[in-house]
Amino acid sequence: MAFGPFLLLATLEGLLQAAVLTLTALGLSLVFGVMRVVNVAHGEFYMLGAVVAWWIASMIGLHPAVGFFAALIISPLVVGAVAFAGERLILKRLNYNPESTIVATIGMLYVIQQTVLLTYGPDARPVPTPFYYRLQLPWFGYSAYNLFVIVAAIALLLAVWFVLSRTRLGLVMRATQFDSETAQAFGIPIQRVYAFVFAAGAMLAAVAAVLIVPIRQAHYLMGLDPLLLSFIVVIIGGLGSLRGTVVAALLIGLSDGIISVFFSPTLAKMISTLLVALVLVFKPEGLFGTRAR
Amino acid sequence: MTNSHPVRVLALHVGVIVLLFLLQFVLPDYHHLAMTRVMVLAVYAMGYNMLFGYTGLLSLGHAMFFAAGLYGAGLTAYYTDWGVPLAFLIGIGCGFVLSLLIGLISLRTSGVAFMIVTMMFAQVAYLTTTYFTDYTRGEEGLTMPQSARSFDLLGLHVDLTDAGQRYNLALGMLALALLVIFLVVKGPIGRVLIAIRENEPRTLMLGYDTFRLKLMALVISGTISAMAGAAYALLFAYIGATFASIQYSIEALLFTLLGGAGTILGPLLGTMAMFYMIDITSEYTSAYLLVTGVALVLLVLYFPKGILGTIRERWWPWLP
Repeated sequence: MAFGPFLLLATLEGLLQAAVLTLTALGLSLVFGVMRVVNVAHGEFYMLGAVVAWWIASMIGLHPAVGFFAALIISPLVVGAVAFAGERLILKRLNYNPESTIVATIGMLYVIQQTVLLTYGPDARPVPTPFYYRLQLPWFGYSAYNLFVIVAAIALLLAVWFVLSRTRLGLVMRATQFDSETAQAFGIPIQRVYAFVFAAGAMLAAVAAVLIVPIRQAHYLMGLDPLLLSFIVVIIGGLGSLRGTVVAALLIGLSDGIISVFFSPTLAKMISTLLVALVLVFKPEGLFGTRAR
Repeated sequence: MTNSHPVRVLALHVGVIVLLFLLQFVLPDYHHLAMTRVMVLAVYAMGYNMLFGYTGLLSLGHAMFFAAGLYGAGLTAYYTDWGVPLAFLIGIGCGFVLSLLIGLISLRTSGVAFMIVTMMFAQVAYLTTTYFTDYTRGEEGLTMPQSARSFDLLGLHVDLTDAGQRYNLALGMLALALLVIFLVVKGPIGRVLIAIRENEPRTLMLGYDTFRLKLMALVISGTISAMAGAAYALLFAYIGATFASIQYSIEALLFTLLGGAGTILGPLLGTMAMFYMIDITSEYTSAYLLVTGVALVLLVLYFPKGILGTIRERWWPWLP
């Protein structure tokens, strides 16, 4: 294959990576932005989303599409419920202290991961693709499902943007993010906002996982990579800046995808992590972040 | 801190070392080896505690320093015939250089960003060990050759396959680490580090160069952790990428939290308790990390000061 088509294939892979990463990182960024909580268990919500999707798809057993779309709705709800419970039972009691919550979410990471290991087992299992259609380009065939993932991610991003900027719910969330004490003084139930945001962040990760699980398999250790990539994205984009998160996710996802195709995935991760070091040295608040008030 | 009890403090620490020394004559074989491991891992946790407990910097990537020592010493012993003592020193040197470099970059951040950045650098370190699989054999790891299992130093012949000698070497290193940390923490520098932990802006305002002090704490911490890693490679004759994984970073945090962050003997106690807890659980299930997770959540919710931290608060305010 010539260089041009090869680059196109790499770019498509990168876009796919970027689409999933944007959703996942957005969840992390939302939770950090509003609650100031670093959720180390975020990757496990992603993993849980994929595993639950496998369960639903294999239980329904009708046409793959039915199972998949059922999973696309049910799996995020299940994951959201788990996150909601974790927030109420653990994070709330810690008063959202940054150090305590980070330790607690590390604990949650292991609890979720090992519970899945005990129940689901150590095997990687696939979810059948909802539809098979090969898009025949002049140089290579490309699965239309991959394009569907990209389109679905864009649609979801627009939905998140709409909720945040055009609805009352979004206004309440932004107010809590901007100044939680003043928000509370204006009668916003910030405790409930926190619980909702934590669940919503986890659900975004779960949706991303359900979208990707027909391409990559569900496995109990699959949460680590998205977690670290999301961290990279959130730092480069600026902690708590949603616009920065989207731009950085696109940048990291694309470059990660392209470098992975041309060189090796390990090298891609090493490079993006070193990129973070550079950003931190020269622009500690991230590319789009504002300095802490 | 107002009424320090130098005699009690001295008696306690010497007592612990003597107790550990005497323990080797009564322990059965299995626990003899387990305690050797616990002592080496405790040094790792004590290095971690230097940064987390005393300076208030929560690192999520200390496995990279442990691994720097582990690989620095292990690869030297595996690929050269420079002898075990030199390999040990090279391991410590690697930890020193790495912690200096990482400190210079990561200390530009603080709070939450520092935690994430250390975690990611540790991940790069882990990926590096797997990327150079030709030399390190990645997860599979390397076993030290026979030539690296014994050495002569100052006219003494040391055989690393002998359980008794291994135990006492580990104990010696533990005593050394205890002494170094005690001197740093109880000296004037330690006071400033605690001041940084409690209120950094105020310490800065008082005229202390907090960046340099934090860097120093990180380098001491990283170097001690690397010493533990180097000892681990040479004593147990195995190096592998698992030791660089995130899980190992978390373990240092867990050991320290359980024993009591900011207490000198806490990490030792925490390591011992956690080591045996995991040891017992792993007999029943392969998901023994569940214990780690549950322990972390419970500790942070109900027992944030750890064992010795609570004892200090309730009964022994003089505990260092």
